[in-house]
Amino acid sequence: MSRGSKSKTKYTTVSIPITLYNRIKNLIQDTGFTSVSSYVTYVLREIVAAHEEAKYSEPYTEEDKKRIIEKLRKLGYLE
Amino acid sequence: MVAPPHGGKLVNRVASEKRRKEIRDEVGELTKIVVPKDIAVDVENIAHGIFSPLEGFMTQEDYTHVLNDMRLSNDLPWTLPVVLDVDPKEIKDVKEGDEIAILDERKIPIAIMEVEEIFKWNKKDHAKKVFKTLNPKHPGVAKTMKMKELLIGGKITLINELENPFHRYTLRPVETRILFREKKWRTIVGFQTRNAPHLGHEYVQKAALTFTDGLFINPLVGWKKPGDYKDEVILEAYSALIKHYYPKDAVVLAVLRTSMRYAGPREAVFHAILRKNFGCTHFIVGRDHAGVGNYYKPYEAQEIFKEFPDLGVTPLFVKEAFYCSKCGGMVSEKICPHPDQYKVRISGTKIREMIMQRVKPPPTMMRPEVAEAILKFEKPFITYS
Repeated sequence: MSRGSKSKTKYTTVSIPITLYNRIKNLIQDTGFTSVSSYVTYVLREIVAAHEEAKYSEPYTEEDKKRIIEKLRKLGYLE
Repeated sequence: MVAPPHGGKLVNRVASEKRRKEIRDEVGELTKIVVPKDIAVDVENIAHGIFSPLEGFMTQEDYTHVLNDMRLSNDLPWTLPVVLDVDPKEIKDVKEGDEIAILDERKIPIAIMEVEEIFKWNKKDHAKKVFKTLNPKHPGVAKTMKMKELLIGGKITLINELENPFHRYTLRPVETRILFREKKWRTIVGFQTRNAPHLGHEYVQKAALTFTDGLFINPLVGWKKPGDYKDEVILEAYSALIKHYYPKDAVVLAVLRTSMRYAGPREAVFHAILRKNFGCTHFIVGRDHAGVGNYYKPYEAQEIFKEFPDLGVTPLFVKEAFYCSKCGGMVSEKICPHPDQYKVRISGTKIREMIMQRVKPPPTMMRPEVAEAILKFEKPFITYS
């Protein structure tokens, strides 16, 4: 968990400019974030997930789609 | 836009017809383990991508990460262990790298597993972290303590579907994703339930539907604690509600076949991930989601979402709804300024008591058509002998 509870996650070091570090340190004062690292982890996870999922394309073929639409019609989900 | 599946890949672990025949021929040679119904349905859930990105039961690395950090070993949010427990005697000749056959209670092979790891686990540590209590009265703790000594992890391949009394209401993620697109829904809000709907549920669903294109009502059918509504009652009650009170093209009703864990906050995130895999962009989290007794704070299941900026599904937090005679309708504490004397609290427990006495709850609590649908059942609640 990113906000202070016990974790067994292993950590590594990533370098960021000291100027950015100081900006973040000021930014997170009086927020729920306990360190610059926890803030950076939070923000990166949000961005990385969005980038990963943007690459997604549905796995079905046109044939699968036709078959499924037919089933959905029979079940009354589509007219 | 229909939400991408969790982890960016919709898992499909269903054997092709050709592979299915090959596996059926091989099954006779394999070690066989018989699993209870709640595990068997989760085998299907894994195979059909409802638990994407899981491709099987968890190995120790994923299990430990989930228990301690609420994330898989690849850092993706995942809050509940999905494990297969076995007795050492059942797998005495099995080693890592072997294949085993998974049989349902009818002794029919439903899947094979590629065994990656067999490991010991600590039930108390598991219960304490997942349920936040060791109280044996908690249904999740009680169930955990009865589980077997070892866990076995590895990918599964589904070869036979289970019997399904809810076939009419069963949709796989690949099907809902096509359905939502065909309906031209760009925003879809998922609603988890294990209850027959009262006016509070309807208020919350319609409030969410006001800002989204479609509502996906996805009742959980499967193992639940005694006193909860039977699955078929929930479906009949929702069918009545939708027929009489919802716009026809704005709602999809389909079941989620899995067991309730009663893990409160952790289960709320788990429920959100499952609905994301069905294609939901939003997910409703109400008061005491997936809670039981007083083990969790009323809005703890909403607080936990702060931990997951990378969930990929937007939680919609709603306060408790009630009827206000001064406002003249359903409201919540967020929008109603009136004192308690005007408020009619909708208690699920109170409604259940009335139903048990064959009394129709008042229309300020439950729609008459819904009450009638429930009262058609002589015994609408779960009992275990």
